[in-house]
Amino acid sequence: MTALTERPPRRPEAAAARPLAKRSAPLRRIGPWLFFAAMLAVALLVLLPIIIIVFTAFKPVAEVNAFPPSLVPGDWTLDNFTRIFTELPFGRLILNSFVFAGGVTLCALVFDSLAAYVLARIDFRGSRVLLIVIVASLMIPFQATLIPIYQLVADLGWVNTFWGLIIPRAADAFGIFFLRQVFLSLPRDLDNAARIDGASEFRIFRSIVLPNAVPALLTLGIYTFVNNWNDLLWPLVFTTQQEMGTITSGLTLLTGPSGIVPYGVMMAGSLIAVVPLAVMFLFVQKRFIESVASTGLK
Amino acid sequence: MTTHATRPPRRYRPPGQLGGRGPIGGQAKRRLTIAGFLLPALAILTLFVFWPMLSALRLSFTDASGFGREKFIGLENYTEVFTDPDILRAMGNTVLYTVMFTPLAVVLALALALALNSPYLPFRGVFRTWLFLPFIVSLAVAAFAWQYLLDPQVGLLNYWLQGFGIRIGNVLQDPVLAMPTVVLVAVWKNFAFYMIVFLAGLQEIPGSLYEAAKMDGAGPWSRFRNVTMPLLGNTTGFVLIIATIAALQAFDQIYVMTGGGPYKSTQTVVMQIYQSGFKDLDLGFASALSYVLLIATLILSLVQFFVTGRREKDVG
Repeated sequence: MTALTERPPRRPEAAAARPLAKRSAPLRRIGPWLFFAAMLAVALLVLLPIIIIVFTAFKPVAEVNAFPPSLVPGDWTLDNFTRIFTELPFGRLILNSFVFAGGVTLCALVFDSLAAYVLARIDFRGSRVLLIVIVASLMIPFQATLIPIYQLVADLGWVNTFWGLIIPRAADAFGIFFLRQVFLSLPRDLDNAARIDGASEFRIFRSIVLPNAVPALLTLGIYTFVNNWNDLLWPLVFTTQQEMGTITSGLTLLTGPSGIVPYGVMMAGSLIAVVPLAVMFLFVQKRFIESVASTGLK
Repeated sequence: MTTHATRPPRRYRPPGQLGGRGPIGGQAKRRLTIAGFLLPALAILTLFVFWPMLSALRLSFTDASGFGREKFIGLENYTEVFTDPDILRAMGNTVLYTVMFTPLAVVLALALALALNSPYLPFRGVFRTWLFLPFIVSLAVAAFAWQYLLDPQVGLLNYWLQGFGIRIGNVLQDPVLAMPTVVLVAVWKNFAFYMIVFLAGLQEIPGSLYEAAKMDGAGPWSRFRNVTMPLLGNTTGFVLIIATIAALQAFDQIYVMTGGGPYKSTQTVVMQIYQSGFKDLDLGFASALSYVLLIATLILSLVQFFVTGRREKDVG
């Protein structure tokens, strides 16, 4: 009996590996759990900064600055959240973040997919050269061209406007290249049928190609939204008025020249900055991770 | 006729005759359509990517300050970039940052990807989601959280480490420890991205190869050395290069946590570009420094291009 309970029926692959595996039975049983414990420790360490943001956001000021410090608030309060709205025009910053990241994402999806459609589905003179030029521009980091971009935006009178934040990023080489690869892989039978029926290119684009590329558009959309929502340097450069900043750039103003950091308020603001992306992450988790895998792999 | 023969058969040819219009009208309309589709994206790329690239090059040879007339000053800005001790320091710091960040982030990402890919790990899916969370936190916000954790007076991490007898003091005010600290914040924020890329690469390796290696008596280490690493080689090369490029552009958490200090020990190239260009309004000089960054990135991207090119050749 004991022998039976100690040795549960093995899976076929385990049975095959058995003669070669030098591990003993007990190690094989607790091995995964040791592994699990080690991963749990790593995961907790990874989560620590996020935990600290959440808990500190709800701590009263006295507890935030208390020694010895504690992890979990003794008293839960919303003071930090009310204070962030008085210390910064935070409602406006939230709106700005949505308009900026959302605007860039929408424009880029439209303009990138239009260009990608032509590059993937229509043969024309110079299309190859154009594609090479676009792909080559991927190598230019925006930090290196920030000064002329700023000058141009300033000449257009777009500093401290949504135009200045959004338009320079309304199309990007990576998006065009990424969507072109996707469009190339879609079958062409329907387009050709539609063309014979006299459908315009725009109609084929809108009614046949786009609906079939929804997952890819979502992937690119998530990637673009997250990157812009989280960007610091861009809003820092193109907005000089507090009211036009994003959540990310606005929060950096909390660290005054005095060097005293109001951690509670800052964590409340940070939590608000993270929540929209966290909600998005919860709803489209699989797509989110895939988007990283595919954009990363290019 | 010959042109028709050389065209790939799948490609679209104008349905001039089919549409009932004359070939000339169809051709013009087709050109117009193509231009219309391309125009918005190309206009934006031209104005905000290609033109600025040329403009930055021109500015780098001038004393532009945003006011008054720009004067052509030859290579003076570049001479300053390569002789000014502060700028050399910023470049040195960027190299130091890269040398610390890239191996640390890539090794951590690979180790965790291997763990997540192991069938022996219970709750793999939960861990994958969990470890991915830093990716959605901005580097600036991550910097706020770490700044609080490491605060010398009220920081929790500082307090816990003291419990183990480790006194790290005020790391962000320490000229030696400030740099490793901002590197760690970036590693925390970015490893998840590289981990997912590795995971995607690992999942492409056919399980039958491991089975075969097992049959031949290969242990876990041998399987890693002889199956995983060679097949993951190109993914690793790719991740190494994107991590290096990311490191060259270090800015956000440094801006938040140290502002480049103490004593310029965390001043990086992008911090310096921001400082020179947007605070000191020395646009010509900042453009010269930008070009150094651009060239460095370009070289790395070309290396990456050949690495990924080789990958495609291997597959195809």
